[in-house]
Amino acid sequence: MGILATVLIVSGIAAGLALLLVTAERYIGDYGPCKININGKREIVVKGGKPLLSALREEKIFIPSACGGRGTCGVCKVKVLSGAGATLPTETPFMTQQELANNIRLSCQVKVRNDLSIEIPEHLFNVREFITRCIRIEELTYDMRRFRFELKDPPTIDYIPGQYMQLLCPRYKGSSEEVYRAYSIASDPKEKNIVDLIIRRVPNGICTTWCFDFLKEGDSVQMNGPYGEFCLSKTDAPMVFVAGGSGIAPFVSLLHTMKNQGIGRKTVFFFGGNTVRDLCLADEMKAFEAALPNFTFVPVVARPQDGDGWQGETGLVTEAVKRRYTDLSGHEGYLCGSPGMIDAAAKVFTSLGMPDDKIYYDKFA
Amino acid sequence: MTSIGHEVWMAVVTCFAAIFTQNILLTTFLGMCPFTSVSREVKTAAGLGAAVVFVMTCTTVLNWLAYQYVLIPLGLEFFRFILFIIIIAAFVQLVEMIIDRYSPTLYQALGIFLPLITVNCAILGASLFMVIRGYSLIVTVGYGFGSGVGWLLAILAMAGIRQKFNEAKVPKGLQGPGITLIIAGLMALAFVGFTGVLS
Repeated sequence: MGILATVLIVSGIAAGLALLLVTAERYIGDYGPCKININGKREIVVKGGKPLLSALREEKIFIPSACGGRGTCGVCKVKVLSGAGATLPTETPFMTQQELANNIRLSCQVKVRNDLSIEIPEHLFNVREFITRCIRIEELTYDMRRFRFELKDPPTIDYIPGQYMQLLCPRYKGSSEEVYRAYSIASDPKEKNIVDLIIRRVPNGICTTWCFDFLKEGDSVQMNGPYGEFCLSKTDAPMVFVAGGSGIAPFVSLLHTMKNQGIGRKTVFFFGGNTVRDLCLADEMKAFEAALPNFTFVPVVARPQDGDGWQGETGLVTEAVKRRYTDLSGHEGYLCGSPGMIDAAAKVFTSLGMPDDKIYYDKFA
Repeated sequence: MTSIGHEVWMAVVTCFAAIFTQNILLTTFLGMCPFTSVSREVKTAAGLGAAVVFVMTCTTVLNWLAYQYVLIPLGLEFFRFILFIIIIAAFVQLVEMIIDRYSPTLYQALGIFLPLITVNCAILGASLFMVIRGYSLIVTVGYGFGSGVGWLLAILAMAGIRQKFNEAKVPKGLQGPGITLIIAGLMALAFVGFTGVLS
């Protein structure tokens, strides 16, 4: 009896406090409708009280964000002209002095409390929400898969090769919230109704666990995009590609474009893996080598095992670059992979004389 | 002296004791996590400290009322650990909502620290000490406020010292939390010097 009464009283108190908070949220957290003026051209009305990033998303304006609004990637930058108050300490680590002076803010940290006036790049208006169907799942390595999605609504996409999509990972057993994760498009831009994503399993990753253990062929999947400014330059300079793991994805798309458009620039693609079983897409790369006479694919294995019979380059991918080149001053560098790999490769490029503004990458945190 | 006057006097004495001789941070080492992580700059330390003063004063009073008028009549004193932490969490949430809504400037200064405070064990510690030591409501006000101010003082001193440290050569193995804990120990020794000032 005593136990029962205690449990009831305890639950009663907790429920009372919860009710108080919910009621308070309802009345205090209600900021009423707020107007957001975009680029001085378009005005939208949203319900106040939410972060700017999600308020815009509800209006089908998609600001790229790699972490899904947790304030850890620093990608969702937007210029806020008025109405946002001072920059928060959660934003400053991601900002340069110049950005701070220019009122650049992280849209996931700015709360819509009153009327705002913002500026965003026009190309973000091209970003759409897509309903797709997963039509093929292919094992590339023991921890990497290629997922092929057929677009349903809208049925086609126009993107610049090198851009990425944000995949919506729904709630599932093991994750109670919806998250967006960014993956580069790895398909042939000619096939306008297809988006390929190459995904590497991250141990305990929310989205990759869903993709590997829950997503099945035939399932409906939501994504939005395209985002990103990583793309082929319009010059004739020779290029050096460096990628590790699923970082190979945007290069597949770039190589398809080079093949489609007959771009014959001299290109060497260094693809790094820890062991031989981390390498993938060897046949497709061979086909690109056959179709593009100036293209060379150089797989690099950091730690070949005895039984592998590995004949190719060994060591870190950056070491392979250094072995092959002594001067990169006239070259352009394209990078995709983990932030650590990008930093290391960019350093090597710089040390070999490549100017900073010729090194292109999208960093995913 | 009237009994109310005596109570107020006791509250003042308890308040000063909580600031100096029984500083909650330096004598019981409660609230160490934010103390070590948010003490790099005097300005942020002051913001966090001010938030602690406010929350500690209010929650000790709220918890005193809950203890005296809910838990004791129901005979559920053992339940105080859970009830106190629920009340603290709900209160902090509510305050955050209110200042976010009505005072953006205050939110800038204090609001971002409030979620950190919910899990600050010094806040819960103060509520539990108040029960163990059998304080009355008025004394509790003094105690809660004093403990908060004591915590503020300690983190301000630490932040000041750490700012000076930016130019000092700290041995590699001691950088960060290591040297901070050593400084905290030395500060605690210094605060022992206040013992006996108030009785």
